[in-house]
Amino acid sequence: MDTIFNPLVGGLLIGLTTTVYLLSTGKVIGISGILAQLLFSKARLLPLLFIAGLIIGGSAYGVLTEQTVAMPETRSPLLLILSGLLVGYGTRLGSGCTSGHGVCGIARLSPRSIVATLIFMTTAIITVAFLH
Amino acid sequence: MNAVITLISGLLFGLGLAFSEMTNPAVVIGFLDIFGEWNPSLIIVMASAIAVGMLGYFIKSKQTKPLLAGKWQIPTLRHIDSKLVLGSAIFGIGWGISGYCPGPGLTALVNNPSEGFYFVIALLIGSGGHYLQTRFTQK
Repeated sequence: MDTIFNPLVGGLLIGLTTTVYLLSTGKVIGISGILAQLLFSKARLLPLLFIAGLIIGGSAYGVLTEQTVAMPETRSPLLLILSGLLVGYGTRLGSGCTSGHGVCGIARLSPRSIVATLIFMTTAIITVAFLH
Repeated sequence: MNAVITLISGLLFGLGLAFSEMTNPAVVIGFLDIFGEWNPSLIIVMASAIAVGMLGYFIKSKQTKPLLAGKWQIPTLRHIDSKLVLGSAIFGIGWGISGYCPGPGLTALVNNPSEGFYFVIALLIGSGGHYLQTRFTQK
């Protein structure tokens, strides 16, 4: 990435979305929480619509710009499964992920979210340092 | 109307993730690799998203209730407990292993199905494991 255009526009779009969602529905956007609602609550329509939109929006960009998503290398299924298990369990135990704590929580200066973000950033950085 | 806003929010959020390249695990790992070839672009993503989000909370403070709902449903907990610390630490390790957090992991189902399949199935099992554990320990 040699320009700040993509990260800036992407970030502004993410912030705009959390703001519109907050002011209209009264709720914060947290992907791990919305996914848990889809799986384990009785009100499944709204989380289903959000997750469907997320998958369509997240893959439409590549289709529209005819840009294939570059992969670092083919990774072992075992590592991907271990990663998914830890992300799934950890985000529920810690009540949030990158969106809920990292974006929405820090934006409202929640002490829990600031601490959570510092912790998951730190353990992620240490993990990458060990694996690469 | 709620359904329309929710669907559009999902679409725009996914588009934002893709545009900022958060959906590309190579970019995410490059950002986390501060001791290697560091790619700081996600700082710009986080900073710009949080800046707009702060503006959102400022507008919210002028509104008595949401446009489409009866009341605000914003998390109110403030205390820092062992669950928050341990859960966040576990999440960070998982994020560092693959470069996928929940949103980008879900978009990988389309962007990179061979990886997305394994990650998302495990993501659901991990999330379900916590749900079962909570139900079991509450009884």
